[in-house]
Amino acid sequence: MELTRNANDPLEIQVGIADCKVAREPARLITLGLGSCVGVSLYDPVAKIGGLLHFMLPDSTQFNNVTKPAKFADLGIPYLIEELRKTGALLPRLQAKLVGGAQMFSGLDNKMVLNIGQRNVEKAREMLKKFNVPILAEEVGGNRGRTMIFDTATGLVSIRMLGSKLKVI
Amino acid sequence: MSYRQLATLELDALREISNVGLGNAVTSLAQLINRRVNMHVPRSYFLPLEEMIALVGGYEELVGCVSLRVLGDAPGLVLFVFDEESTYNLVDMLMGQPAGTTRVLDEMAESAVREVGNVLTGSFISAISMMTGLYMVTTVPIFAFDMLGAVLSSLMVAAGRVEDQVLVIETELFHEEETPVRGHFFLLTEPGAIDRLMAALGITVEEQTGGK
Repeated sequence: MELTRNANDPLEIQVGIADCKVAREPARLITLGLGSCVGVSLYDPVAKIGGLLHFMLPDSTQFNNVTKPAKFADLGIPYLIEELRKTGALLPRLQAKLVGGAQMFSGLDNKMVLNIGQRNVEKAREMLKKFNVPILAEEVGGNRGRTMIFDTATGLVSIRMLGSKLKVI
Repeated sequence: MSYRQLATLELDALREISNVGLGNAVTSLAQLINRRVNMHVPRSYFLPLEEMIALVGGYEELVGCVSLRVLGDAPGLVLFVFDEESTYNLVDMLMGQPAGTTRVLDEMAESAVREVGNVLTGSFISAISMMTGLYMVTTVPIFAFDMLGAVLSSLMVAAGRVEDQVLVIETELFHEEETPVRGHFFLLTEPGAIDRLMAALGITVEEQTGGK
């Protein structure tokens, strides 16, 4: 056991909206307040390198002038995989977990994009399948906001929801 | 999609339009809850979503949010965000209950908050519509009660407002006395809407950098 660092309090790295970060253990990648957005954690359990992506939309092809790949599932997931490989993770070892994709608002009319959360989750699954990355666990859908905390030492993902106990997947 | 450079004159005009609209809205809210309601002078910004969230509070803060779309000549999106305590207080005031009665948000309470958003937005829009002669209507309000970050980001995505920066007119509404109500108001105009608002007010601004 290390004495210099409190094992319960490793380095915390914030991942913003439409953002993506990669870290080696010991570090925790945190993204706050996922609603219809989806958080994708990718983990290489051998190298103990992890990455977390917080994307907003499934498909970048409907937009011109795309500046942030991390805003979209179709660009963000390949981008995250590439960043992980650059850091030393191996694609065949990567394991994914998905969190988010909720429907936050009640009373959405048909002028609003319906069920974007569900489409985000579906697109993430499709992209991960394309790279043959298995999805070990999911905490998706519903109508609650979620905070996602990804521990790069263990690959475990904790989910915080208001008024609920911390859930670990 | 991006905004062309907005001149100071246009930003001032937008703020002034909002000021008139909000004055009307605040009066309606005061009548509805039978309490005095104050507001700050509206501010206008170009902001990334993250900074817009930071204006209101922390990402994981529990908030109530009512939003309506504005359709017609000058389309946009209106949203009101109330903190947890204020959401409950609004419900109690609206239902004529003693303060502190509402501690959870049931369906009835939710529809009360929705109605507040409806009244505020309706009077806001009708003031602007009257001033400019533009045709503007609002949609049915949508509602969420959860983490601020989750609520606002989902709303932006659902409304298709995912540019890197959005033009935001923002103010705080507050009622100070025994049962405080604090809320944030946001108006997000769609790019073409600003030109039409300006034209209706007789403000012509020379086209600067490229179009939409």
